[in-house]
Amino acid sequence: MSTSTGEAIQFWILAVVAVLGAIGTVSMKKAVHSALSLAGTMIVLAVFYLAQGAYFLGVVQIVVYTGAIMMLFLFVVMLVGITAADSLKETIKGQRWAAALCGLGFGILLIAGLANASLHSFAGLGAANSGGNVEGLARLIFTTYVWAFELTGALLITAAVGAMVLTHRERTQRAATQRELSEQRVREGAQVTPLPAPGVYARHNAVDIPGLLPDGTASELTVNPTLRARGQIRDVSGERLAQLAELEQRSENWLERDEHERDGGHRANGVNSANGSNGGGQ
Amino acid sequence: MNPVNYLYLAALLFTIGGAGVMIRRNAIIVFMCVELMLNACNLAFVTFARLHGNLDGQIFAFFTMVVAAAEVVVGLAIIVTFFRSRHSASVDDASLMKL
Repeated sequence: MSTSTGEAIQFWILAVVAVLGAIGTVSMKKAVHSALSLAGTMIVLAVFYLAQGAYFLGVVQIVVYTGAIMMLFLFVVMLVGITAADSLKETIKGQRWAAALCGLGFGILLIAGLANASLHSFAGLGAANSGGNVEGLARLIFTTYVWAFELTGALLITAAVGAMVLTHRERTQRAATQRELSEQRVREGAQVTPLPAPGVYARHNAVDIPGLLPDGTASELTVNPTLRARGQIRDVSGERLAQLAELEQRSENWLERDEHERDGGHRANGVNSANGSNGGGQ
Repeated sequence: MNPVNYLYLAALLFTIGGAGVMIRRNAIIVFMCVELMLNACNLAFVTFARLHGNLDGQIFAFFTMVVAAAEVVVGLAIIVTFFRSRHSASVDDASLMKL
């Protein structure tokens, strides 16, 4: 007994996609890419469930797994830092190869075991699904497996409470008011004024671009401390900075000459034309 | 085609997931590999339900999904808590007990 040709074609195409997604999950360096690969694999598995007569599970797979669980994963990836890539340094020597070897051996064992099992005929779900797949599942859940089903409810409640307890932070002292914070700033003599804004350039004006100090160096203060801690400051490259410094030097020279030639009363005009050369000079 | 091929695929996915758990050290990716293993098991359950012609395998897969959802919620909460105290999601940094 065997399945239809259509299912065979579907299987061989989608199985490749599923395995590629799984390999991507394991091998991608960034967690977001891994999550997307895994979502692809899960959608393929949902199609397999539908093809095998598990209609309810196919839909639940898409709604719960690719919908809820993968979104939860992406949410945490965003929270933890999208660029928090794995360190590729091995802490235990040869661990990677040993792990790959273990995986290979395990896979061979598993597949050889399956090949030796006598699974040459299959019953098919025609009879079991005759009254409807969802009805059949419901009958089993609320009769044979009703005890397990109720335990599942207890498990879900425990998990929800556990997640809330784990992520809850108890406040040990009263939150400081705005006045206290400002007084503390003045007392410490740190930055009293608001922090300077990030750099605005002709090509970039994002928050991860540092502003430049008058001497042309990038100011760390202008970038959000979170981005600074993650090392996500985009570089205003040294070459550009050198170019900018050169340009400023040149415009200054030009300005000096201008001032030399004209009187002090035309200074405003000179600044304007210096700005003009700043924009179009390079 | 024999539906046993689905079982081979499930075995392959489970193996890849298991290797990923051993190889990767970002806790989130390790967790995703565990999810991959659970999904491979589900595929095996659904295939066995079809091989045997009854719905018990699908019920098992259903329960696996519920447990996986609970596990993800608690596991990700642990990862977030860990990240808050260590500013890292690497499993190597959870080494407080190490001398």
